[in-house]
Amino acid sequence: MKPPPFGYHAPRTLGEALDVLAGTGEHGKVLAGGQSLIPLMNMRLAAPAHLVDINRLGGLAAVETGPDGVRVGALARHAQVERSAGAAAVQPLLRQALRLVAHPVIRNRGTAVGSLVHADPAAELPAVLALLGGSVRLARRGGTRDVAAGEFFTGPLESALRPGELAVSAFFPALPARSGTAFREVSRRHGDYALAGVAALVRLDGDLRVAEARAACVSAGPVPVVVDVTAACGAAPAGAADWEAAARAVRERIEPEDDIHATAHYRRHLTGVLAAQALREAARAAVEDAAGNAGNAGNAGNAGNTAGRAMGHGAGDAAENTAGRAMGRGAGDVVGRDGGTAGQEGAHG
Amino acid sequence: MTTRLFGEAVQRREDPRLLTGQGRYLDDLGAGALAAAFVRSPHAHAAVRDVDVSDALDVDGLVAIYTWEDLPERLAQPLPLLIPHPALTHGRTARPLARDRVRHVGEPVVMVVARDRYLAEDACALIRVDYEPLPAVVGAEEAVRGERLVHDDVPGNVGAHLVQSVPSAGGRGAAEEIAAAPHRLEFRLDIERSASMPLEGRGVYARWDADDASLRVYSSTQTSTSVRMALAAKLGLPLPKVEVIAPDVGGGFGVKIMHPWPEEVLVPWAAMLLGHEVKWTEDRREHFTASAHERAQVHSVRVGFDDDGRVLGLDVTILHDHGAYTPYGIIVPIITSTQLPGPYRLGAYRVEFSSVYTNTVQVTPYRGAGRPQAVFCMERTMDRIAAHLGLDRTAVRAANLIQPDEFPYDQGLTFQDGRPLIYDSGDYPESLRLLKELIGWDSFAAEQERAAAGGRRLGIGIGCYVEGTGVGPYEGGHVQITSDGRVHVSTGLTSQGQGHETAFAQIAATELGVPLERVSVVTGDTRRFGYAVGTFASRAAVMSGNAIALACRKVREKALRIAADALEADPGDLEITDGLVHVAGVPGASVPLATVAVLANPLRYAFDDEAARATQFAGASPPDRPPVAEGEEPGLEGRGYYSPIRSTFASGMHAAIVETDPLTAEIRILRYAVVHDCGNLVNPMIVEGQIHGGVAQGVGGALYERMVYDEHGQLLNASFMDFLMPYATEVPHVETAHLQTPSPLNPLGIKGAGEAGVIPVSAVIASAVEDAEGIPITKMPISPSELFDLRRAAGDPRAS
Repeated sequence: MKPPPFGYHAPRTLGEALDVLAGTGEHGKVLAGGQSLIPLMNMRLAAPAHLVDINRLGGLAAVETGPDGVRVGALARHAQVERSAGAAAVQPLLRQALRLVAHPVIRNRGTAVGSLVHADPAAELPAVLALLGGSVRLARRGGTRDVAAGEFFTGPLESALRPGELAVSAFFPALPARSGTAFREVSRRHGDYALAGVAALVRLDGDLRVAEARAACVSAGPVPVVVDVTAACGAAPAGAADWEAAARAVRERIEPEDDIHATAHYRRHLTGVLAAQALREAARAAVEDAAGNAGNAGNAGNAGNTAGRAMGHGAGDAAENTAGRAMGRGAGDVVGRDGGTAGQEGAHG
Repeated sequence: MTTRLFGEAVQRREDPRLLTGQGRYLDDLGAGALAAAFVRSPHAHAAVRDVDVSDALDVDGLVAIYTWEDLPERLAQPLPLLIPHPALTHGRTARPLARDRVRHVGEPVVMVVARDRYLAEDACALIRVDYEPLPAVVGAEEAVRGERLVHDDVPGNVGAHLVQSVPSAGGRGAAEEIAAAPHRLEFRLDIERSASMPLEGRGVYARWDADDASLRVYSSTQTSTSVRMALAAKLGLPLPKVEVIAPDVGGGFGVKIMHPWPEEVLVPWAAMLLGHEVKWTEDRREHFTASAHERAQVHSVRVGFDDDGRVLGLDVTILHDHGAYTPYGIIVPIITSTQLPGPYRLGAYRVEFSSVYTNTVQVTPYRGAGRPQAVFCMERTMDRIAAHLGLDRTAVRAANLIQPDEFPYDQGLTFQDGRPLIYDSGDYPESLRLLKELIGWDSFAAEQERAAAGGRRLGIGIGCYVEGTGVGPYEGGHVQITSDGRVHVSTGLTSQGQGHETAFAQIAATELGVPLERVSVVTGDTRRFGYAVGTFASRAAVMSGNAIALACRKVREKALRIAADALEADPGDLEITDGLVHVAGVPGASVPLATVAVLANPLRYAFDDEAARATQFAGASPPDRPPVAEGEEPGLEGRGYYSPIRSTFASGMHAAIVETDPLTAEIRILRYAVVHDCGNLVNPMIVEGQIHGGVAQGVGGALYERMVYDEHGQLLNASFMDFLMPYATEVPHVETAHLQTPSPLNPLGIKGAGEAGVIPVSAVIASAVEDAEGIPITKMPISPSELFDLRRAAGDPRAS
């Protein structure tokens, strides 16, 4: 369990990093958190000729929040994003998902962008990016491009990242008004990859009817599977929407596979169960969100929205979680597995 | 008495060292050693045609490459079959390096030695072995079909076959009793493979001293004395020229009692050849595919019983998968078949096992050693009987329990040590009463009903066992009190974290009347003690504990004799308290043990103050007698051996309450209760720790762990990502109650406790899940996906 020989590069600037990546081409791999790449190398399942360590590029560690969303830099650790109050206020799903990624020690090193580039369909963050319609910014010597989530994930452990490119950041759009999110998953052990998991987003209209409902499923196909269930649950009031019908729609769309931990049939069943739970929870959050905004004395600017949402979610989530788990589970029981705390090894994964 | 430490919950003295990174494990040693790595078979079954090392020769830092052809005669042969048995008619063991055939993925073919492990693995990757793949045999049931053979000369793949029968009081056999019984049941049970999986794998580090023509070997083993003997034999060295030391060992759980491993003989051999230290540290993937597994068995059960659930006849046929080789004999299926009756008086019992070869990793004992399977079988049987008769599950057990006045109770079987299986003591009805009270058995039905009204599924389960512990043939202890008043205790068996440094010190301190701080304990170092068996079979406390006590009693007797002389008193009037020998009831008339130690040696060079002070006590020895009298030895030390007539039988009963999620089929343990009886407790805190650890491993075996082999014999989950050992987050809080029924067989009245916790857990969880779900549970472990499948098969509307 020792890696084969490799060249090691530790650029000091982004430009230098892009030069090295241009030079190493398909033989280069980016090392960020290393939580997936290093084990793969130790098991000699990955043998990149060159490692390009970006850990000295401090400028890539930022988590920037704005009215439109959250931009997460390539060196931002899972834990850093998870703890960011600003990020949670703008897009609560980030924190909801990151709590489920592996264990704290892995979240302390693994990076959010690394997880996206690793493109594991069992990971939480690709599902989050896909659900929200976010994007990944890819830099190469002489240029930058933004790739939408829908085009970024191209297969299991495969992304649109090309040789010579560095994923410098990812953008997670803000939560729209009168909206709520949730992430539910079941894993074999605390922190394992989920057997099934669902991220949900529900948006209500001015009459608090469901205007939009979507679910993104992990471990349900070669890439995160996003299912629009708006039609399935009807334009019903949030409390009366047919989430079971939505769950059926999700079950019909996904393509889970058998593995040593669970059958495809069970995964399909479980994904439906989790979809109904996550959608219902997201709808409740949306109702609270709407109520919080209404309480904000009339004016809704973005700042007002954000503040109201932050307050509403903070309290609401905690209460929700406690109540939801009190019967069968200890707090934090519903937790994910290793996130792709990867380096950015996805391109040749 | 202030020095009465036996039975106290003394904190483990080794923990500050082990928990703050001060432990010295195998890979912490030998920083300058060359590194060994192995080319291992990627095939479950193949002929080895050729080994081409030419590409590897270019690796900078390569030192040597060895194949089977390089091995000297003694090493080229198959490794020893440690425990032969007449029923093991076709025992087979592997060669240290494969000659012309490999029989499981992971079998070593080539050894590489290089400057460091990275380079050794680089060289391994460049060695080309020409294999001709052969069809693999996977699973015991495929093995007994005998269509394909693991060993060409073992027909039907059956290595061993053994039948034991105990007639009923009326003299009838099991078949006859079952046929005549008012009620009969017949069913099949399955248990999956798991493994010991210590966090520290195996490892060996060897130093050859050419000037001294001696070999020192450090091995992460459960038996340094036997590794030493094996090395002397295999390397042709005089025994006194070989030293083997078990340093701090990060867990064993059975796998490290196997010896000598291929690597354990090859690495010292290479060190001798190369004249340089060599070390090999097993990595996790190697541990999965090249050490040992356990557990996999299939049971076919037939039982006959009366209206009260009393078993009149039990007939069990066991299919035991022992993997590719049988270096450790058939200990595991022997234990399964003889421990199966548990705490029960069965009418007639017949048990038969076939132990079969498959192209998988060999099977050697893992904590519990065949007992978890036995208990699963017996306890599933008890639950089946209760269900059939509509009786409470504990009532059926109570109807079958051996009563306190029936000890010693002879089960009529021959145990793993070849001796009669006779329970020495116990109180099973009291144990059951305590357990029911602890878990609230009688009030659970109401709780279950309330939960059901709220849409929740709860279930309660129970499992009972009896465990033969402290198997012989012997252990020894050596105790020396030096002139500084310190007490040096050594015993030959090894430690893997059990707390021996504490428990043995408590025994010595109590026996000698000295403060605990003055006692130091060394285990597993052949330089200190050469005769030992090893740490396995819940035997260390029973065997070495008693041996150390006996050694202490000799030393104490000698100390009192010498002190009596110095104090001009009768030895019978003396006692030892806080390291001071004094005349009972006479203040001031005392002499420190340190002084007694000086007096014990007629050579009176005064190297320290204590020796100088001792001169005041030293009378002139009579000129007409030698300074060391006949039969005496200089020094205040003694050696004791404990050799039991047979094993002592500990027992316990566990109960659990589980909740199964009606939608996701997740299984969660809400409560876990243990009643445990291991006789007198040396240290209750250590015993509790052993129980907690055992239950944790049992939870792994019940809900998480399995070795997933595909039909080609490839192990699909050979990593900690996919082999699911429970984390602390998956292990329930364990509630315990102790019963202390002393063993009449040994001076300290103790029984073993090391394996107990793991033994009944699969049975308990199966019982509880079955109670929650109303679906028969016949296979363990059980995952949510499998429970979902069972629900579907049973027509559960929510599992579609």
